[in-house]
Amino acid sequence: MSDLIKIKRGVDIKLVGKAEQLYGNTEQPETFALKPTDFPGIRVKLSVKEGDEVKAGTPILYNKDRKEVKFCSPVSGEIAEIVRGDKRKLLEIRILADKEIQYQDFGAGDAKTMDREAVKEKLLASGCWPLIRQRPYNIVANPERTPKAIFISCFDTAPLAADIDFVVHGQENEFQAGIDALARLTDGKIHLGVDGRTNPSTVFTNCKGVELHRFRGPHPAGNVGVQIHNIDPINRGDAVWTLNPQDVIIIGRLFLSGKFDANINVAVAGSEVSKPRYTKVVLGTSVKNILEGNVSQNKNRYISGNVLTGTRIKPDGYLGFYDRQITVIPEGDQDQFFGWITPNPNKFSISRTLVSWMQPNKKYRLDTAMNGEERAFVVTGEYEKVFPFDIYPVQLLKSIMIKDIESMENLGIYEVVEEDFALCEVVCTSKIPVQETVREGLDLMLKELGD
Amino acid sequence: MKLFKNLLESVKPHFEKGGKLEKLYPVYDGFATFLFVPGHTAHSGAHVRDGIDLKRTMITVVLALVPALLFGMWNVGYQHYKALGETVGFWDQFLFGAIKVVPMVVVSYAVGLGIEFAFCVIKKHQINEGYLVTGMLIPLIMPVDIPLWMVALSVVFAVVLGKEVFGGTGMNILNPALTARAFAFFAYPSYMSGDKVWINTSTEAGQSVVDGYSGATALGELATTGSTSLSPMDMFIGSIPGSIGETSVIAILIGAAILLITGIGSWRIMFSALLGGVAMGLIFNWVAPYATSPEQQSFMGTPFWQHLIMGGFAFGIVFMATDPVSAAQTTRGKWIYGFLVGLLCIMIRVFNPAYPEGVMMAILFMNVMAPLIDHYVIEANIKRRKKRVQVKVKTA
Repeated sequence: MSDLIKIKRGVDIKLVGKAEQLYGNTEQPETFALKPTDFPGIRVKLSVKEGDEVKAGTPILYNKDRKEVKFCSPVSGEIAEIVRGDKRKLLEIRILADKEIQYQDFGAGDAKTMDREAVKEKLLASGCWPLIRQRPYNIVANPERTPKAIFISCFDTAPLAADIDFVVHGQENEFQAGIDALARLTDGKIHLGVDGRTNPSTVFTNCKGVELHRFRGPHPAGNVGVQIHNIDPINRGDAVWTLNPQDVIIIGRLFLSGKFDANINVAVAGSEVSKPRYTKVVLGTSVKNILEGNVSQNKNRYISGNVLTGTRIKPDGYLGFYDRQITVIPEGDQDQFFGWITPNPNKFSISRTLVSWMQPNKKYRLDTAMNGEERAFVVTGEYEKVFPFDIYPVQLLKSIMIKDIESMENLGIYEVVEEDFALCEVVCTSKIPVQETVREGLDLMLKELGD
Repeated sequence: MKLFKNLLESVKPHFEKGGKLEKLYPVYDGFATFLFVPGHTAHSGAHVRDGIDLKRTMITVVLALVPALLFGMWNVGYQHYKALGETVGFWDQFLFGAIKVVPMVVVSYAVGLGIEFAFCVIKKHQINEGYLVTGMLIPLIMPVDIPLWMVALSVVFAVVLGKEVFGGTGMNILNPALTARAFAFFAYPSYMSGDKVWINTSTEAGQSVVDGYSGATALGELATTGSTSLSPMDMFIGSIPGSIGETSVIAILIGAAILLITGIGSWRIMFSALLGGVAMGLIFNWVAPYATSPEQQSFMGTPFWQHLIMGGFAFGIVFMATDPVSAAQTTRGKWIYGFLVGLLCIMIRVFNPAYPEGVMMAILFMNVMAPLIDHYVIEANIKRRKKRVQVKVKTA
């Protein structure tokens, strides 16, 4: 089979509340939403107003600077509410869904017989395009560029992540159709990263027109950034595109049936979920029905995504565009008496200053406590333990903090996105807001150099 | 616990905006967060965080220093009564030492934290925990007989010019504790070197120093006479004259074990410094026959492993060279930095005409060089990345 790439640096944070491999029954929620905040680095404009009727596939937003990139409704129904924040910033476009989803027809078609422009047009028109993300900068792909390769990570090593083999089960045809379409978009290869610790699903191993790479190691081995770094690193001037496997399937369905059919399977996990399991939903779903009666009565943190990179949402909030997981953990807003010296067996640490290091297989019920305050950089060598790139993370961060574009470029900013730094942020003794800083750096580069 | 909570809540209004002591908020905050790690939750980025914070890191180092501190206290008393030719019990020795050492620790913390607090109030910063370690290190690397006002002045110099002018904790170039020692060493050399300062020989009525008593350190003897009366076993245990915390290799090894097990101290720096020391020791052993004077010959001929247990070598490489702020910060840089620290320690020790010890100078020198080492390590990384593009262009 394919080559095995071992990832040595990293750490698996073991948490309580892994989703059982069962699909729970949830009623289809009443509302869905698109959140422009899921798309960093671009300015969006509305193409609907409150009260408009939409079908699944009707454009709701578009990129102001690149009008062909449209963000479409995942369901049919009525635009219920447009939520704005400070300075009228668009936060959510809520859609009241019909019981039965009406799809706009984009026409089925075999991507193999289509040319690049036709495939592109279809993806752009149907709202599938934003599923494709571009590195550098972790933004919605720029349709005018041709990526040097497309990367798809087919396993997720983040804490409590959905088992991708499980969620794609039985969707071989859709996945293959999606890959065929993506193959039209690049002159390079399509790389699939699969888990070297397990027997990956045949959806991936039997897939044609791709190159398989096996990865073995702790998180972030499943991050597509780590895989790109090991397969074909991004240099200055390069662009690569990345997708989630379930999004390839959505694209596949478009070509098989002509519909923007954004059905996905997500894991509902975390220590505060009574019955952690999987559920079948549509992109942008309200999490209210999924969580009601299924979470503990504590003060909880609701996260769209995983505990490392996810977004905080309200208990009746909406699943993020790129998130395939909902996590609920307790809030940790209690002061701790002499907390800096107590042994804290129930807290996680990569250092061995807490007694928890003596229980290597312990599953934690971690809360959201910072466990300390922000300080200057003091400790060194800590990020490097969980950052499997040939990049100096602290130096890169410092160059971002002083907005030194040349240094950022030299130190490798093109290869990384926020999620690659998530573990650095977790282990940071000085509690530096690492992911936020990386995003600022990416936004600055984007502003100065364009996509 | 409730009591503390209520107390903090009751005084809090005075320190908040509009309160009488508004300007002293950093001081209040320092105490409040000392008592309670605040229940702040993650706002941006990762939702779960490591249980470690800077307070815990620093306190771990302080704990690692405790064996050396306790042993130092006992040794001060032991050396004192030995010089007077009196035999007293363990607790009397320890008590004598404690009476000498505790005031130094108190002065170091009081002066250092006072300045730190003052700067935090002026800069409106939160109080950083860095001084917790520095404050403990400073007395441990001083001779016992140094007057307390000199300790205080060294602390002022180290904290203000060694740290705060660079921007405070995390920004300093030199190790603050060694800066304090270097200041005292150059300002008051007669209190910091020679063979009179290491042992307290104060006498009361009816006491006198025994005949033929020498207060020289092992290195002092080696440098002047070419041999030492102290056995390697004594040096290892630490019942020899020297700075308060540096003498006992056993106590330092316990500290090193704490630092290495918890992962707070860099094993790379400690190990490579050890290698550097051994390497230089071996080179000296090899070239010893060619030395000019007989004293030099026998000093250079000292078995290389004895260098590791003499003077401040062990203390320096375990507690000083590993200071993350002033050491090299890259992994490869740490290897180079550590090795050169070890190498230079022994080289300066043997060749220094003024004073037979080189640990302080070697580490301070390498502190200055550390950013340069890191610079070249990072440049190499950048070149590697640029080369990747060139290779591609060629093959394309």
